[in-house]
Amino acid sequence: MITLNTQHFEHRYANGLTLLAEPMPWLRSVSFTIMLPAGSSLDPTNRLGLANLCCDMVQRGSGARDSRRFLEDLEMMGVDYGISASDYHTSLMGTVPTGRLGPALQIFADMVARPWLPESQLEEARQVCYQEIRGIEDDLAQKAFSAVRLKHYGQPFGQSSVGTMAGVSAIESRDVESFCREHYRPNGMILAVAGNFEWSTLVDEVEALFGGMQPRPVGEVPTVLGERGVTHIEFDSLQTHICLAFPSVTYGDPAYFQARGAVGVMSDGMSSRLFQEVREKRGLCYSVFATHHSLRDRGSVICYAGTGAERAQETLDVIVREFQQLSQGIRTDELDRLKVQIRSHLVMQQESSRSRSASIAGDWFYLGRVRPLDELNQLIAGLSVDEVNAFVRQNPLGQFDLVTLGPTPLEVPHGVS
Amino acid sequence: MEFRSHVTPNGLSVIAECNPRSQVAAFGVFVRAGSRDETPEVSGVSHFLEHMVFKGTRRRSAEQVNLRLDELGAASNARTSEDCTIYHAAVLPEFQSPIVELLVDLMQPVLREEDFQTEKQVILEEISMYEDQPPYGGYERLMADYFGAHPLSQSILGSAASLANLTPQHMRSYFESRYVPNNMAIVAAGNVDFGLLVDDVEQRSADWVPGPVDRRLERVASGERFHTLHKPQSTQQYLLQLVSSPSADNPLRFAAGLLASIVGDDSGSRLYWSLVDSGRAEVAAMATYEFEDAGLLMTYLCCAPESAQENLEELLRLQREVAESGVTPRELQLAKSKIVSDILISSERAENRMFGIGGNWLKNRPYLPAEEVAKLFEAVTLDDVHQVLAEYPLHGGTMLAVGPLDLWNAALPISPIASNCGRR
Repeated sequence: MITLNTQHFEHRYANGLTLLAEPMPWLRSVSFTIMLPAGSSLDPTNRLGLANLCCDMVQRGSGARDSRRFLEDLEMMGVDYGISASDYHTSLMGTVPTGRLGPALQIFADMVARPWLPESQLEEARQVCYQEIRGIEDDLAQKAFSAVRLKHYGQPFGQSSVGTMAGVSAIESRDVESFCREHYRPNGMILAVAGNFEWSTLVDEVEALFGGMQPRPVGEVPTVLGERGVTHIEFDSLQTHICLAFPSVTYGDPAYFQARGAVGVMSDGMSSRLFQEVREKRGLCYSVFATHHSLRDRGSVICYAGTGAERAQETLDVIVREFQQLSQGIRTDELDRLKVQIRSHLVMQQESSRSRSASIAGDWFYLGRVRPLDELNQLIAGLSVDEVNAFVRQNPLGQFDLVTLGPTPLEVPHGVS
Repeated sequence: MEFRSHVTPNGLSVIAECNPRSQVAAFGVFVRAGSRDETPEVSGVSHFLEHMVFKGTRRRSAEQVNLRLDELGAASNARTSEDCTIYHAAVLPEFQSPIVELLVDLMQPVLREEDFQTEKQVILEEISMYEDQPPYGGYERLMADYFGAHPLSQSILGSAASLANLTPQHMRSYFESRYVPNNMAIVAAGNVDFGLLVDDVEQRSADWVPGPVDRRLERVASGERFHTLHKPQSTQQYLLQLVSSPSADNPLRFAAGLLASIVGDDSGSRLYWSLVDSGRAEVAAMATYEFEDAGLLMTYLCCAPESAQENLEELLRLQREVAESGVTPRELQLAKSKIVSDILISSERAENRMFGIGGNWLKNRPYLPAEEVAKLFEAVTLDDVHQVLAEYPLHGGTMLAVGPLDLWNAALPISPIASNCGRR
């Protein structure tokens, strides 16, 4: 018999910080995710890349530690960590052997609340960001992916968090200071802990570390829609990278699991329709998949395939046809297989404190509550073919956005905007 | 946690680390068959065979294989390297018997002609994908340069040319020579019923016939080389370097791993502080690889072409500095704590434990749980690290530069030789 976790804790602090925790006492690690409401969607339009650059700057000294001492202390505790900016958040994540959560959080509290942001190192941070942007230029699949997201979501949520060369080059020290001051704030901040820890002491520890942070006013981010439709990026490569995106529901939508079920039938596992039709039967490509992506107010399905230029047209045609046919419905055996795969995946999530801490933080942001694994499992188990079919009937493939990157443009099958 | 092992009458090893508290069971079939076991005429056959294994058996079509894997909710995949091929699947414990039945059945593929031709297209796409990706075939070129006539020089993927001539008959004969029970192991970790595992495996593999297996183990004779590959479409310049490092049976391998971490970990190392923290390079990192008859330390540098020369000089300076002054006790302590923590956290997953014990079997090493591996890293002394430095110098070796720089006038004891990897 498998068991799935049902227990979790929540605590709201006076300054607006939310602490979430899910005990996984069978592990010997504990992970935390700090989500600050400091996403790249807040980058000023002439400073694209600012949130990402701040991620680098806060590692260059905070509290009583310079950057070297900061890294050494983390290494000594065996903390595996990462900091990154995405659309809504700057996220700081760490995994640490049990018993070292308190000291690790202390270092992260300094980074969030007491960063030095040394002007003398701004140039280094800028160079690091340039390297990242250059690196993506050589990652053709990612480049195509970024382009389709921008096209589909527009500014600022479709903008890649690494920003642009021009944006990064314009950043001044005062931009970094004001960004961190305004957006590294406790109201809207989520600290999610999962793994082997002691809840009875955690609430007070977190109060002592983050309780002194002062709430800041929250601004509005205007959305500017992108230029929808088709873009070809010419590049002298062997493969053509195909990315298409079309609208779907959000993660918080009551129909989310129907939508997720439909994408699962298309792309989860080796018996999924895309894998079977594009790769197994026709040998058109090595990599093909579709994934559901959600903003707070909009969702989408993004599909990717990388294939030889001479077979790219056929690949695109087959993909579009499969998505069109989806509206005719899915079969019981397809949904049954998907359910087993998801259940198995949920159990495997319990082997890792890291993936759980990120998931519960995401739940809180998108749903306003933590959805325990057990509830998730029951929702999926209860999903019926009729429900999914009603959804796909009401949401046939209509207009989609398309980015192709490769030596020659493709002809777009019917249905594009 | 209990370690169990068994050898079937036809020589198939069954090994498992059983943990009744785990909610996951991970299984793998490990085969001592990789690109090093290929002749040049069939280059790429190990990896191609790995794909064909999923294309069906006498009892199942390719589609039935895929359906079965998904019905069991298996998190499955396969990988081929220079010295092994591994097929693996993690499932809920209730699916132990059916997943073992499937994995064992897969080891008797039928290699149908039609599937062979379709899958060849997929492999050609995989080759193109890597050719388009940094470092643009540089790893294969570097291994070929470093190993020369040694079997480890052979490419895992093969090339469009070598695959063009490959037939199902070639593959069949390669399969028969390598996929014999005495050259394979069924490896498991997590919530595994070992008695049931042995019964299932013995019952379904009883007709597998053992055979003679050999593998050419050789000393490596590598000189100093520096090649450049011109890749005008690339934005960044890439530099790769291989030098010798302790092999799989050498007790110094733990010290070598720590040395690589001190000098070249992707965070907090000497290369990190000099080249990455300053934004001079996108990546500057080192990693070690262990084979039965060779060990490797690879350095990887990626940066803007205009700073490549300067960064290479800095890399060489750092290597000289470490050779002359060694490393400090503090650096060793930090590297140990990083590696030990990594081992303990990653070994929470049944699948990772399965790879750990399977890896030891592949390299003919006795069972060693992750916790004991961590202790061996803890036990390394500063003298051990300095002994590695003395026996396995960081400098020299084989270098390869890939990127938009046409010919690199590097200030090196050896001059670069240019070749072109632009559009075919």
